[in-house]
Amino acid sequence: MRVPRYWRSIPFKYRLAGWRCNHCGTFHRNKPVVCKRCGSKDFAETELPKTGKLIAYTIVKFAPKEFSEIAPYAIGLIELDDGTRIVSQLTDFREEELREGMRVEAVFRRIRVNGEQGVIEYGFKFRPVTT
Amino acid sequence: MVRINSVAIHGYGGYVPKYRIKDEEIGKIWGKGSAELPVAEKAIAGIDEDAATMAVEAARIALKRAGIDPRKIGAIHVGSESKPYAVKPTGTIVAAAIGAGPSLLAADLEFACKAGTEALQLITGLIESRRIEYGLAIGADTAQGRPGDALEFTAASGAAAFILGKSSENAVASIEAWCSYVTDTPDFWRRQYDRYPMHAARFTGQPAYFRHIIGAVKTLLENDGYSLGEFDYFVFHQPNVKFPFAVAKYLGISKEKVTPAIISNNLGNTYSACSLLGLVKVLDQAKPGQRILLASYGSGAGSDAFVIEVLNGISEKRDRAPKLEAFVEDRIYVDYALYLRFRSKILKG
Amino acid sequence: MAEAAVKALEDAGVSALNSIYVGNMLGEVLQEQAHLGTLLAEEIGLVGVPAYRVEAAEASGAAALYAGVLDILSGGSDAVLVVGGEKLSDGLAEEVSSALMMSQRQEYEGFIGAEFYSLNALLYKLYIKRYGNGDGVAMFPVISHEHAAGVAHAQYPFKLNLEKVLSSPFVAEPLRRMEISGIGDGAAAIVLISERLAEKIKSPKAEIYVASATDYLTPFERENPLRFQSLSMAVNKVLNISKVDRDRIDFVELHDATSIMAAISMESSGFAEAGQAAKLVKRGEYGLNGSLPCNTFGGLKARGHPIGATALYQVSEAHLQLTGQAGKNQIDSAEIGLTQSLGGVAATAFVTLMKKV
Repeated sequence: MRVPRYWRSIPFKYRLAGWRCNHCGTFHRNKPVVCKRCGSKDFAETELPKTGKLIAYTIVKFAPKEFSEIAPYAIGLIELDDGTRIVSQLTDFREEELREGMRVEAVFRRIRVNGEQGVIEYGFKFRPVTT
Repeated sequence: MVRINSVAIHGYGGYVPKYRIKDEEIGKIWGKGSAELPVAEKAIAGIDEDAATMAVEAARIALKRAGIDPRKIGAIHVGSESKPYAVKPTGTIVAAAIGAGPSLLAADLEFACKAGTEALQLITGLIESRRIEYGLAIGADTAQGRPGDALEFTAASGAAAFILGKSSENAVASIEAWCSYVTDTPDFWRRQYDRYPMHAARFTGQPAYFRHIIGAVKTLLENDGYSLGEFDYFVFHQPNVKFPFAVAKYLGISKEKVTPAIISNNLGNTYSACSLLGLVKVLDQAKPGQRILLASYGSGAGSDAFVIEVLNGISEKRDRAPKLEAFVEDRIYVDYALYLRFRSKILKG
Repeated sequence: MAEAAVKALEDAGVSALNSIYVGNMLGEVLQEQAHLGTLLAEEIGLVGVPAYRVEAAEASGAAALYAGVLDILSGGSDAVLVVGGEKLSDGLAEEVSSALMMSQRQEYEGFIGAEFYSLNALLYKLYIKRYGNGDGVAMFPVISHEHAAGVAHAQYPFKLNLEKVLSSPFVAEPLRRMEISGIGDGAAAIVLISERLAEKIKSPKAEIYVASATDYLTPFERENPLRFQSLSMAVNKVLNISKVDRDRIDFVELHDATSIMAAISMESSGFAEAGQAAKLVKRGEYGLNGSLPCNTFGGLKARGHPIGATALYQVSEAHLQLTGQAGKNQIDSAEIGLTQSLGGVAATAFVTLMKKV
């Protein structure tokens, strides 16, 4: 991924930071011009909660080229503690222990490495809460 | 000697990855029997982890305990010998991940296994001079063992983070004094383009490890007027299980005061995080008023020694986040093949 | 595309065109070729005619058709050529998988490799959790293959039974290999003419109406991810403008890129109650002899899904049905058909309604 693109979304990728519409509460990953749901222009910066529950998950067997190194990998749909739904990779799990409804928490991980020379792209993944 | 003027730990955090490989498993591959294994098992970073990601995890735990606004952090020092980039700071990645900055000094450090304690020393200086309000000191490593080498049995991954500020009643522990003892001793090194470090075997113990740790401790005793009897805990750099007890024996310290800090049998040698994780383990159980002597060791070589006193704020702050024990217990074993894949010793062709 | 275009023009008996629209999604990525409209005009010997490429992810062909129809309706054009084409096999499977993530948000799902099938798998799990009937959903590829058997232009012209589908390996659990359309190449072309010109053209014709709607790109930001709101809106709109009641639809060409999308599409189009499509397909309602035949030549799964061409395959097949040229796949007294093309995970929907004339 080109550097400027990666850099632009660092706050969301590192801290689940974004903007919330003060009128209808919709979360936006990037600074909106207008709210995608209600059209309001009134926003506040915010960070999404880092814990939630796993609603559904799947294991990607045939990965896009950027992810062939880590395939197979898990993609989960998570409902965070404030009700926001988010799609994320899952990590640090034993396949048998994954179950819908389980508590999960955000962790900071490498998402893409871009070989030996490229920029390392970091972001969040979710893992089962065990500690 | 001049005691440090009012610097304390306000938050601390230890992070260890979930994956473990047993030394027995490594021994099977290289033909080493159980009598020759320096630790039972070691912690290794997952395929999506590195020193930066672990530094962030430890820092987040320290921040939870400290309960401060990350924007008040005026400096971040990350010590590591497995920096993700040869050129590009780890400190800024950590800052962005915890919401610190941009008015921030970010500098990465390297001095083999003592880069983490150096971070602590430097941050102490910035706090004491009142140049910054809070500072973050981290030791983090995904230590790489050369396949088949003795150090492969212990080279492990982990991170420890400390948030320091001006001392107060409800801080975790005060840093009362520190000293360093360094000489040019090439016991263990890595040239710029080499993948794995080299070392001089027995020389890494005597004179390297022992001379410097004992040198640093003696500095505190002889120059700074401390006596061994006043300490409840001793935290020594633990590249294996034998060495910290050997130092204790030499100095006449009882085993009971060293054991609480020992984690190497379960985790291996986490390099820049090593002695700091020992400190985390002690802080997870210590009581206000108890005194800790910590001495790290970094090849090349040197030792940093600290006098730390536990303060009243410890129990409340300790309970705000998971203890190190929780991370030690929570583990998934891998075999040697998966270990090679995780640690990128083999890559998809 | 040139081949399909020339054949379409010859079949239609049209030689002069007002405009050309090309539907294609991945030309810039896999062939590093932009400017496809102009390129095609040159290839078919029609230099001078205005031409441009239209893109709406996997519904690009339908979007090109939409542009063509609006062009005619504007009154400014009498004859418009719409061509769709795609050459996916130029890329490796993992390259195509990566390129298809462009239909989602690259900074969000794309960044983490939540590719098309993984998102479908999550929807599939939500569907089964809410309604059960997982093996019903898996029947959709079975009927698609049933209809494709022996079809000359189908990519996989053979039958499949449910057991084969359910024993195929997972692509992204619970979605199996036999529940997703394959990677393929192809092209299809449609000639659109105004009512005015239709009086002079003798070749077989069908009337066409188009409608389209969008939804949130990320399915899980929608109020009900198990309803394709974009499709509901587009279907309702096309029924409205054509003044046709839903129960008069004789057949549907679904966008069955995955089995679960087929099931949810039928429900979102109002042809089945929520969670019931999986039951109806098991009962045979969607077979050629059923109450509402679907994918009469095999749909995306069996006929193929060469992205930019897909919607135009659907319209061509509907044309065959409505002009009595569908051969052994002919539905008796087919008067009105619906074709549906979806971009991303139904983030955009284009629906055409076609009537026998």
